[in-house]
Formats: sequence, structure tokens, C-alpha cells
Amino acid sequence: MVAILEQIFREEWGRVVAALIGFLGDFDLAEEAAQEAFAIATERWRRDGYPENPRAWLVTTARNRAIDRIRREQTLVTKTGLLQAQAATEDTMHATTFPDERLELIFTCCHPALDIDARIALTLRTLGGLSTDEIARAFLVSEPTMAQRLVRAKRKIKAAGIPFRVPPDHLLPERLDAVLGVIYLIFNEGYGGRGDLAAEALWLGRALVTLMPEKPEALGLLAMMLLHDSRRDARFRDGELVLLAEQDRSRWDHAQIAEGRTTLDRALALGGRGPYVVQAAIAALHTDEQRDLLQIAALYGELAGLTHSPVVELNRAVALAEADGPAAGLRIIDGLDLDGYRYLHSTRGELLRRLGRIDEARDAYRRALGIVHDDAERRLLEKRLAELDTDDGSGRALTGSYRIELSTISVIST
Amino acid sequence: MKYMLLIHQGTTPTPLDPEAWATLSEDERQEIYAAYRSINETPGVTPGNGLQPPETATTVRVKDGKTVTTDGPFVETKEALNGYLVYEASDLDAAIELAARIPAARLGGAIEVRPIMEW
Repeated sequence: MVAILEQIFREEWGRVVAALIGFLGDFDLAEEAAQEAFAIATERWRRDGYPENPRAWLVTTARNRAIDRIRREQTLVTKTGLLQAQAATEDTMHATTFPDERLELIFTCCHPALDIDARIALTLRTLGGLSTDEIARAFLVSEPTMAQRLVRAKRKIKAAGIPFRVPPDHLLPERLDAVLGVIYLIFNEGYGGRGDLAAEALWLGRALVTLMPEKPEALGLLAMMLLHDSRRDARFRDGELVLLAEQDRSRWDHAQIAEGRTTLDRALALGGRGPYVVQAAIAALHTDEQRDLLQIAALYGELAGLTHSPVVELNRAVALAEADGPAAGLRIIDGLDLDGYRYLHSTRGELLRRLGRIDEARDAYRRALGIVHDDAERRLLEKRLAELDTDDGSGRALTGSYRIELSTISVIST
Repeated sequence: MKYMLLIHQGTTPTPLDPEAWATLSEDERQEIYAAYRSINETPGVTPGNGLQPPETATTVRVKDGKTVTTDGPFVETKEALNGYLVYEASDLDAAIELAARIPAARLGGAIEVRPIMEW
């Protein structure tokens, strides 16, 4: 029972909150009412069994609670413009009488006039149904800090007149990019080891694709996330990072890879060739038994043309080095302006080592160590540095390559 | 909703600085004038007054009942306000679109969009 309840709440929270915001025009009121309705449901459904239409029940209950509250707090009415809500009748709503307004909600939460951290938090809270405390823990800030961030964002939406709507056509491409960027950033946080956030991003990506099935970039993002996430269990062994080329393929989630490929095919069939679609294509190639590194390098070249990102160029260099030898990769890398980027130095170190230029390799690894902040990465770099003195120069995966795809995207979306 | 659009010229060439203004071609100058005309004629816009350069500003404070004046604007000269307009619009998106049409936004300055307090 509890598991089913949780499942329903998980599925319905965003829709219920979205419907309530559409109806009440107020984030706080909608959220509080939804919370009340879910609490009542927990108690009543356990006792009396499930209603015929849980969603309609939740929205109706929440709406009636909100109306009660408005009546109790008459002074609030004049301030929040909720007069229509008061006039509404308290009949039972049918599932068909309220539209799915999650799309309006996600565009509002991801409005570019909000700070990026606030967009992420608000999306996780209102659409994903995560508690403030859960979001705070995921982003390593205190709960009061996160609560404050959410309050400020909601206040700005109201005070500055950020509209609750799907943007008109002339704004849609830019605003969709903003939404994709938020979902991607959530995924990126999860990819760094916090798996629950990756799952959350996948859930949001799936919802977005359901709501906008004809947008290739939304499909591309979902495909890319599915493909990367399918390797999650193989990316760590005893707490240590395992490079893609050295991962145990039997631990990859092959059903998810298949879903990722199907999603990518749909994006391509719709004529998609934007940054997320190209990255999904690269991620798909990385899951091939025999990786076609030249094609991967070519796709990175295409991506660099779309994003003008030096990080993408670095990834192209990595693929090219694997395909054509270290000198080819090094030529690209030495022309890049990415001095503060640790993967530039770690990749350079590896290529220099392969070329037998050990002293230069040592310098490069040291520079990478000087700016690394992840413990697992630090240990890997220290190991590489120690190996320089004893190494036989045999081939092995490039240290820069395990986050290839991710580092490219984070540049696009920030 | 009513918004005030605060125009910060930043490094934008303006007629107040003839040397910088001369770096623009005649076409570019006409385009800027035309853009401001079109913005001022947009329904919902109440044009504001242009302000003289921040160097002409005097900042006033009262300390212990005594009026203290300093030369120059309250903020740094390069961050100072140069003009404003008021726009009655349906929502923030409309105000952002209007702000993006103000030449200063693309010529080295920025526009701050502030909702006006409603009582």
C-alpha cells in the first residue's frame, strides 16, 4: 500500500500542483494545498481504499482546501487576486475538466529571469515533488538556504509578472533551451555520483518528451541521459572511477541503452541535428562494441561548430588521439585556450606520456592536480603521476575521456 | 503590470560624447534614433526623460541633520542610470522583449526591468 501510494504521489504531484497553480495563480497556495491533499489521501485511502480517479480526487480536495483557506484569510484575497477562486463551486472535478498544465509549470520554473540555481530547485520542488530538505542535501546547502532560495524565486515569479504559460512560438526555441538546460544540469549533478538526481532528471526528461513529443532536442536530451545513465553501475568499482574503455559491459543496462537508441532515432527522424541530438549520437557510439572513434571525432567536430566550445574541441582531440595517435590529439589541444580546465592538463599529460615526453607529462599532471577538486579524480591523477616513473608506455584509456560527454554539455547549458 | 525600464548606457556611444558618437556611421545613428522613436510610440509605453550624463550628478545625504553633498552619482559613473521609461505590459516576457529593442542593450549598456510597486 505504501509503495503504491508513493508511486501515485510521485506520478501525480507535478500534475496536481500545476493544475492548482493554473487555477489559483499562486505557487505557495497551490503547494500548500497540494501538500494537505496528499496528507489527507494518505490517511483516507489507507482506510477507505483508492478513489476511482486519484488525480481528480487530489486536485478537487486540494482546490477545496485552498478555497477554504482563502475564505479564512479574507485579507489575503484582496492582495493575491484570487476572487475567481472564491466564486468557484466546490463540486467534484472530473479528470477531463482540468487540463494538464505541467508544461506551463516547467516553462515558468525554468524562466531565464530566474537565477539558474533557483530554476533547478523550483523544478525539483514543484514538478518533481522533492522536499526542500531533499533538494538542499542534493546540492550540499543547508535547508534554510534552500528554503530561502525557493521563497525568493516564487516571490519573483509573482512580483515581476513571470507568466504561467507555454511561451509563444517566437520565444519557444530559446525557452525550450532553458528548460533542457535545467534538466541537463540536474542530470549532471546526478552523474557526479548522486544517482537519485540522475533518476529525477530522467523522469523530468520523459515527462517533457510526453508533453512535447515532436521536439527533437527534447528527445535528444532524453536519449543522451538514458545512454549515459545506462553505464552508471559500471562507472565505479570499489568507489573508484572506471574509465569507459575499461568498464564491465555486463553491468551496463542494455534495456536502457536500447530505449536511448530508439529515442535518438525518433529525434533523428524528426530532422534533429541540434547539440543534444549530436551528443546523444556520440553517447550511442560510445556504447558500441567496437567504438568508431573517427566518427565520434567527426561528431565532436560537428558539435564544436554548433557550440563553439573549446571543451568540445578537447573531446574531439581525445577521440582523434585514440583513432590517429597521440600527436594528432596533442596538435588540437595545444591550440586551445582552456588553461583552467583540469581535463585539458590530464589529457595532455596522458598524450605526452604516450609520446615518451615524460618530463612534460609530469608537469601536465601536476597542473591538473593543482586544480582538481574531486577525490576520486585526484586519486586517479596521483596514480598516473606515480606510474610515469615505472611505466612501460602501453596503451590505456585517456584520463580525460571518462567525462568526455558530460563536460561538453555542461558548457552548452551554462 | 507596470514596469520601469532603467536604461544604463554603459559604454554605448551617445550624442553626449561627440567623440564616441562619431565612431558610428550615419546609418547606425539614424537606426538608434529610429529605434527610440519606435519604442516611444509602442502602445503601453510612457516615455521617460533622458538624463544628463552622470558627471553632472550631485548626490545628497543627510547626516546628523546636516545636508552633505558629493559630486557624482550614487553608483559608479559607468553604472549610473541614463534614462528610463514606463511600460504597461501583460507580463515580464513583454517587458523583456521591449527592453531588448532598446539600442543601449546591444551597444555596451544594459536595461534593468523593474516591476513598479502597486498598492
